[in-house]
Amino acid sequence: MKSFDLLGHFGQYGGRFVPEALIEALDELEAVHNQTQKDPVFLAELAELHRTYTGRPSIITEAKRFSEHAGGARIFLKREDLNHTGSHKINNVLGQALLTKRMGKKRIIAETGAGQHGVAAATAAALMGLKCVVYMGEEDTRRQSLNVARMKLLGAEVVAVTSGSKTLKDAINEAMRDWVTNVHDTHYMLGTVAGPHPFPTMVRDFHKVIGEESREQMLEITGRLPDAVLACVGGGSNAIGIFNAFIPDANVRLIGLEAGGDGVETGRHAATITGGTPGVLHGTRSYVLQDKNGQTVESHSISAGLDYPGVGPEHAYLHDVGRAEYRAINDDAAMNAFALLSKTEGIIPAIETAHALAGALIIGNELGPKANLLINLSGRGDKDVQTAAQYLGIPL
Amino acid sequence: MTSLDSVLEKCRAENRAALIAYIPAGFPSRQGCLKVIQTLADAGVDAIEIGFPYSDPVMDGPVIQEAADISLKGGTGATEVFEALKAASETGTASVVMTYWNPIERYGVEKFAASIADNGGAGVITPDLTIEESETWLAATKANSINPIYVVAPSTKDARLTRVTSMTGGFVYAASSMGVTGTRESVSIDAKDLVSRIRKVSDLPVCVGLGVSTREQAKSLAAYADGVIVGSAFIKLLLNAKDEQAGLLAVSQLAKELALGVREGR
Ligand SMILES: Cc1ncc(COP(=O)(O)O)c(C=O)c1O
Repeated sequence: MKSFDLLGHFGQYGGRFVPEALIEALDELEAVHNQTQKDPVFLAELAELHRTYTGRPSIITEAKRFSEHAGGARIFLKREDLNHTGSHKINNVLGQALLTKRMGKKRIIAETGAGQHGVAAATAAALMGLKCVVYMGEEDTRRQSLNVARMKLLGAEVVAVTSGSKTLKDAINEAMRDWVTNVHDTHYMLGTVAGPHPFPTMVRDFHKVIGEESREQMLEITGRLPDAVLACVGGGSNAIGIFNAFIPDANVRLIGLEAGGDGVETGRHAATITGGTPGVLHGTRSYVLQDKNGQTVESHSISAGLDYPGVGPEHAYLHDVGRAEYRAINDDAAMNAFALLSKTEGIIPAIETAHALAGALIIGNELGPKANLLINLSGRGDKDVQTAAQYLGIPL
Repeated sequence: MTSLDSVLEKCRAENRAALIAYIPAGFPSRQGCLKVIQTLADAGVDAIEIGFPYSDPVMDGPVIQEAADISLKGGTGATEVFEALKAASETGTASVVMTYWNPIERYGVEKFAASIADNGGAGVITPDLTIEESETWLAATKANSINPIYVVAPSTKDARLTRVTSMTGGFVYAASSMGVTGTRESVSIDAKDLVSRIRKVSDLPVCVGLGVSTREQAKSLAAYADGVIVGSAFIKLLLNAKDEQAGLLAVSQLAKELALGVREGR
């Protein structure tokens, strides 16, 4: 098998495992995406939106005081937290919203776990005058009630999903059911680099700007490429976004940090590549947390945005061919890095992002003071203040 | 020629549609499922689909989701699926398994097809397996002489219908409308249009499913389809029954009604 083909494969991963009812919509989306990626008018419109609405390019901040805890390696933070809505997620939703308009569809649906992608989708819908329905596990609507309110303020309808485990994976199931039923006028704005082709490729293309900007910025700031690029991995969109531009640079290590929860050995984790096996979930073949019958196993993480039992197929491929490495960071280590960045740099990161920062502390010590590390600071931590306060024993 | 091919041929010869019933393995319980199977066979069902309950059933509405949850909580896995399949084929009814793809891949593609054949199964319906991902599956079903049954939808374009049906065995599963499983007030007119488009590209029997629950609906579908597939309606009766006995009685009554319906259409 060719490593990459027109059917959206990354080696043995990717592809399409969906009901026939969705094939036409996926074909249409793929065609429109391919067209627009070559269309200077479209690309200019998106770039202009990013300049005037998202706030791109995002800056790079060197984390000097934080670096002291990382074996002295220089640590550079790509500040996706400074984007409008507070994370990298806006890159993808603006791109998909423009595609939605091109396809003449009037309604978007989205899934969300922590609410970050839901808020971003609702934002893009408000900006472009689209109707927006967000599916969110009932469990998560309770844990993230503030984000539910944000989505409603933005004009979206939030549907609490009560099926299955009532979390992100079930929200995706429900969104797929809606899509199968309403595909004629509805676009499914999937929030990460997972799902059936063309989603993994398309969502990557909307996030690759992160790596393209960073590569130039690092050359400008340090005069060379970084030794390692780090990002947290839930579905894998912020990670692939920053990795993509560096994939041809063989000397740059690409390191994805998965959510280790209570520890991969406990079985209570969301480290899909580290602790899972190849399988099919939500329309794509990749690593999956599953039991011996192929039933999806529930994931666990303190970070709602990483709490997903699947992962994007391109990461599965990069792992298998050895181009990227994946490690698990437990809840404790992530929360330690969360607190440390807040105190040493005055930046409160998202708990998702804190997994990448914890990885930087480890990798920095491994590589020593001569190393330059680039970290994707994928989001800010305002949404996590309550969880963090509870975890760190700060009375509210 | 599988037992499913023979049954559908027989129905064609009798100038009527076949009645195909769906029941998830392990529902309402491991033993209860075996009783439902016998009840369906006794009531005159022509073929039985055993569902492999799955944690993420994106093609299914609330009724089948609930049944799958109950079954999975009871510990249903491949063993129970094949046990139910064997029970169904031993009633003399043509029997197939309906499953999402991942349980097949996890079990082993080759081994799954072999186990279907070993337990008297005639084929497998795979609602989320696209033809592009089917190479190993088609080889395995062929090697074990079972039918690979694909589902097509009203949105499937003619060119693609040709390709999908050319890889299908047993019958073409025509989804009556865009959407998930569940009972509907009426079966959409999309079904008729889809069946006639399939007829233009394939000689295989065409069976219609999604939303069928009454004798009237079965009758109207039997006018133009080779088979009528009913799932959620039986499951709803079992979910709502006050005890197992009442559930089985209700299933039997509905199956008998539907069996009349599929004989009235033409
Ligand atoms: C700030 C932040 N980072 C990372 C993620 C994980 O998603 P992905 O792996 O697709 O980047 C999320 C998801 O909600 C997030 O909000």
